[in-house]
Amino acid sequence: MNNILVYCEIESGKVADVSLELLTKGRGLAVQLGCRLEALAIGEKLSGIEKELVNYGADTVHIADDARLYPYRTLPHAAITIGVIKAEQPQIVLFGATSIGRDLAPRVSSALKSGLTADCTSLEIGDHSDTKGNTYKNLLYQIRPAFGGNIIATIINPEHRPQMATVREGVMKKEPLNVPKAAEIRKVDVKQYLSDTDFVVEIIEQHIEERKIDIKGAGIIVSGGYGVGSKDNFKLLFDLAAVLGGEVGASRAAVDAGFADHARQVGQTGVTVRPKLYIACGISGQIQHTAGMDQSAMVISINTDAAAPINQIADYAIVGDLNEIIPKMIKSYKENSK
Amino acid sequence: MTKPLKIVVLAKQVPDTRNVGKNAMKEDGTVNRAALPAIFNPEDLNALEQALRLKDRIPGTTVQLLTMGPGRAADIIREGLFRGADGGVLLTDRKFAGADTLATSYALMQAIRKLNPDLILAGRQAIDGDTAQVGPQVAEKLNWPQITYAEEILSCNGERIQVKRRLERGVETVSAPLPVLITVHGSAATCRSRHAKQLLKYKRAKTLSEWQDAGNNAYGSQLPDYLRITEWGVADVGGDEQQFGLSGSPTKVKKIENIVFQAKESKRLTASDVDGLIKELMSNHTIG
Repeated sequence: MNNILVYCEIESGKVADVSLELLTKGRGLAVQLGCRLEALAIGEKLSGIEKELVNYGADTVHIADDARLYPYRTLPHAAITIGVIKAEQPQIVLFGATSIGRDLAPRVSSALKSGLTADCTSLEIGDHSDTKGNTYKNLLYQIRPAFGGNIIATIINPEHRPQMATVREGVMKKEPLNVPKAAEIRKVDVKQYLSDTDFVVEIIEQHIEERKIDIKGAGIIVSGGYGVGSKDNFKLLFDLAAVLGGEVGASRAAVDAGFADHARQVGQTGVTVRPKLYIACGISGQIQHTAGMDQSAMVISINTDAAAPINQIADYAIVGDLNEIIPKMIKSYKENSK
Repeated sequence: MTKPLKIVVLAKQVPDTRNVGKNAMKEDGTVNRAALPAIFNPEDLNALEQALRLKDRIPGTTVQLLTMGPGRAADIIREGLFRGADGGVLLTDRKFAGADTLATSYALMQAIRKLNPDLILAGRQAIDGDTAQVGPQVAEKLNWPQITYAEEILSCNGERIQVKRRLERGVETVSAPLPVLITVHGSAATCRSRHAKQLLKYKRAKTLSEWQDAGNNAYGSQLPDYLRITEWGVADVGGDEQQFGLSGSPTKVKKIENIVFQAKESKRLTASDVDGLIKELMSNHTIG
């Protein structure tokens, strides 16, 4: 049986959240397909890493451990991933849609001449019949927003294997197994896959910073758009966020205009957030933005334009100037909190 | 003196998906894609700027644009010429149509082999698909190394190139030997604007098809070279025809769902309601 393989990102000895999300999803798909779930971990000093991968459902863990494999570089990781895929012949291969996954997966797909779908937000198993009368059973439906988030496309690879996808971080839940299980741990013989030419790109300096701004984990997000008007005016949003114990987000237009840092960008090309409260200030509500926040439990919009599209998804649409409304909110909150 | 470089910039004409205004919406609330303006993909302009900076720095360096698309995509090449590129090639052929990223990268690779550059620059991704796949796939097909998410080319001595990359959690400086393919991130410097002299020189530049459409069949003899935009089809770039277009595309679109902007009940408030709202949110523990 052809299995499901998840490329797992390891950073500073820890498995990335997105990889655990993919394992969680992958084990559901594996049950549906009646196959096994395999994890591939590439890096150095990986001993012990298999425990977490198994804990999240991997039946087989492939460990490629070599001093030259950390930090991540495209060519050696691609060579090993391609080698393992050729040896194991999985039907599905999943990567996180991260800096690493989106650098690696296309390289691997090109070498294998297999189809790849970027940035999926949902994966399902389903059948397909084409116009020529061919029927395909149990294909991977790779579902993603496209066209600036104006459409949702379901992509399939009827003929080619493996079916490959990168999956956006944070859209799938991560859940360890309730009952631990036994798994097979296999060491990858890296030398058979690597050659000197895989190491021509040198990392001179790396400045890894833990993401300081983490709007994804915030329960309350005060987000600003182009309508905020300036970087200075964004300070108001920071004030409100500080009072409410939230984070500040921004639309693409506000980031493009230099009002806010890219790390704060919510939407199709930023992060997807699902806070319990999302306050959209001066955001018109382009689909490119709302695609990243419409799952918020509650949305409040503050906009001078009563007809702004954001008001259609807002639970409360406050029509007015944020320079007046936000100080009022802060004042009211402070007065009413004990 | 540093050896001059032959640079190819990969560029795509895309519908402007970023700002879908009311006039691009159909009555059923879905986007009318045909009504969106066709633009130079934004990150490809960042890539062009990095190429032009190398041309400024290293005498003798040339910058060629390469784009694949229908005839009207020649606009992209003209736009590049106006901003300082030296020439361009439009890959256009019905056999290229329906290509996914894999078939696109195959066609580009075949054209690149003919152009024989030292360096390829491309935008990280195009705003119509946001896949970021074509750059790395072209690099793989050429068997070149790749540097993705470049923010700035720091130096190039003709042998190696040093690049600052923008990653999720910080920055990285890498060095790679030429030839190499680099994809450029939107955080890189914005592209210089059109240059009046270039605009005057190239505004009449056209592909052969465009000259013919304009009723000028004397393309072969009368025109100076700089007014001819190269146009290549499958026959010009060669290769395995099965790997172009729809037949070379493993991914198929099963279903498209249009996002419908649904009207949902929402409470309209004004400044005077703010105090009440905050109290309500505090009482149901949304805040506080």
